[in-house]
Amino acid sequence: MALLSVTSPHIHKPGNTGGFMRQVLYATLPGLFMLTYFFGFGTLINVVIASAVAMGCEALILKVRNKPIAFYLNDYSAVVTAVLLALAIPPTAPWWLTVIGCAFAIVVAKHLYGGLGMNPFNPAMVGYVLLLISFPKEMTTWLPAAGLDNSVNVPGVFESLRLTFLGTNPDALSGATPLDTFKTYAGQPEVLDSNAILHGTFAGYGWEWVNIAFLLGGVYLIWKKIITWHIPAGMLLSIFLLSGFFNTAVDADNYPSIMHHLLSGGTMLGAFFIATDPVTAATSNRGKIIYGFLIGLLTYVIRTWGGYPDAVAFSVLLMNLAAPTLDYYTQPRTYGHRQPNKGLAKPD
Amino acid sequence: MPEFLLVLVSTILVNNFVLVQFLGLCPFMGVSNKLEAAMGMSLATTFVLTLSSVLSYLTYRYVLVPLDVAYLKTISFILVIAVTVQFTEMVVRKTSPLLYRVLGIFLPLITSNCAVLGVALLTVKKGIDSFMAAFLYGFGAALGFSLVLVLFAALRERIAVADVPVPFKGASIGLITAGLMSLAFMGFSGLIKI
Repeated sequence: MALLSVTSPHIHKPGNTGGFMRQVLYATLPGLFMLTYFFGFGTLINVVIASAVAMGCEALILKVRNKPIAFYLNDYSAVVTAVLLALAIPPTAPWWLTVIGCAFAIVVAKHLYGGLGMNPFNPAMVGYVLLLISFPKEMTTWLPAAGLDNSVNVPGVFESLRLTFLGTNPDALSGATPLDTFKTYAGQPEVLDSNAILHGTFAGYGWEWVNIAFLLGGVYLIWKKIITWHIPAGMLLSIFLLSGFFNTAVDADNYPSIMHHLLSGGTMLGAFFIATDPVTAATSNRGKIIYGFLIGLLTYVIRTWGGYPDAVAFSVLLMNLAAPTLDYYTQPRTYGHRQPNKGLAKPD
Repeated sequence: MPEFLLVLVSTILVNNFVLVQFLGLCPFMGVSNKLEAAMGMSLATTFVLTLSSVLSYLTYRYVLVPLDVAYLKTISFILVIAVTVQFTEMVVRKTSPLLYRVLGIFLPLITSNCAVLGVALLTVKKGIDSFMAAFLYGFGAALGFSLVLVLFAALRERIAVADVPVPFKGASIGLITAGLMSLAFMGFSGLIKI
C-alpha cells in the first residue's frame, strides 16, 4: 500500500467556476419549469434572449479589453446572470426589456468593475432594479396563474412569442400577483377572503409552487455544497419572525401570513440563488447570517410599508453595498492572534 | 414620539441627503477612499449638521421672523453656522488634542459644504416647528450621510483592488458606484411620506 504524502487542501474532485455555475443553472430548472407551467412560455423565451445578449455583451467587452474570449465565456457566469434576470422579469416582458436589463447588468454592473469576482453589486439585480424603476408598467404586468379560474388560458409558444416580439398589449390578460393583491386590498378582509389568488394550498395560488420549486433547487445547491446554509437561513428566519409577529400579534388583515411572505414573489429565488452570490455577499459565516437576516428584514419592511410590492432585489442591492462593511466588522480572529483593530481604534 | 421616529427614518433612508437629494457629494467622493477617514468625517458631519439645523431653526424663529427679515435667511445661516463651527474648532484644538485629531481636522472641510446650508434651508422650508424636530432633522440627515459614507468607503477599498478598466479608474467608477447605490436606495421611496 502506497502512502502518498499529500498536502492540504484535500479537494477530492476538480472544481472550477464553470462547473459551479452549471450546477446553479441545473438548480434553477424546477423553478423555470413551474414558471412555464403557470405562466406560459414567456419565461423560457426570456431566458433564451437574455443568455444570448449576456454572452454577446460579455464577448464584446472581453474583445475590447483584449482578454481571451472563449476562456471567460466558458465559465458560464454571464449565463447565470442572464438566467436569474430572466426568471425575475415577467413572462409578458417585451424583448427590448430583457435586452436592456441584461446589457446593463453585464456591461455596467459586472465589467466596469473588472468582470467576474470584482463586481460589488449583483449584476442580475442591478439589471432588474434598473428595469423596475425605468419601466414600472412593463415590469409589474404578470399573467394570472394557470388554473386560477376557467377563463384563464396560459399562452402557448406562439402566443408567448407574439407577446414578446410584437409587443401586443397584454393588459387584456394581465393578472395581479399575490403580493400586489394583498398590498392593494390590505385592511379589507372581505375582499381578501374572496380573492382566489390569495388562497392556494399553502399561500398565493401558483406562486407557492414556483417558490417551492426554487426551494428545492436551493436545497440541491446546499447539498452539492455550492452555497452554504447561512444566508438563506438568515433571510428566511427574519421574514418568518417578522411576518409571524405582525400577523399573529398585531393585525391579520393588514399583515399577511408567514406562508404568504415565504412563498410569494421572489422570496425563495432571492434567498437561495441571488443573495448567496459568493462575489457580492458577506464572506465570514457570522457575516453571512447577519447579511441574510438584514435582507429578510429589508424585504419585509419595504413589502409591508414601502412603495413596491416586492423588495428582494432592492434588499439584496442594499445589503450588497453593506457587505464590505459587514466583512470588516465580522472578520474572524486568526488562531493565535489577537482580535484585529477596527474602526477608530489606534493601529499598533 | 412616533413622529420623531418617522423624521429619523425619513432623513436617514427615504430622503437620504447624499443618495436621494444629492447633497454633500464632495465629501462623499473626496473622503471615502479610506474607512478611517470616512469615520472621522462622519463624526464631524454629525456634529455640524445637527448644529446647523438647530441654529438655523433658532435664528429663523427668534431673530429673522420677529424682525421681519426672512429674506436674509441664506446669508444669516451661513454666518451663524460658520462662526459657531470655527469657534468650536478653536475650543477643541485648545482643550482636547485627542478630540481634535479624531474630529477637528474635518470640521473646516465640512462647514463650507452644500449639505450644511441644505439642511438649514430645508429645516425652514419644511416648516419644522419645534426645537426637538429640528434637532432630529439635522441629526437624522447626518446619520444618513454617515451611514452611506462609511458603507461607500468600505466598498471603495474593495473596488480599489479590482481590475477596473483604465478609463474608469478612480473617481469615475466611484460615481458609477454612487449611482448604483442611489438605485438601491430608490427601494425606500414611498416608505414614509414626509
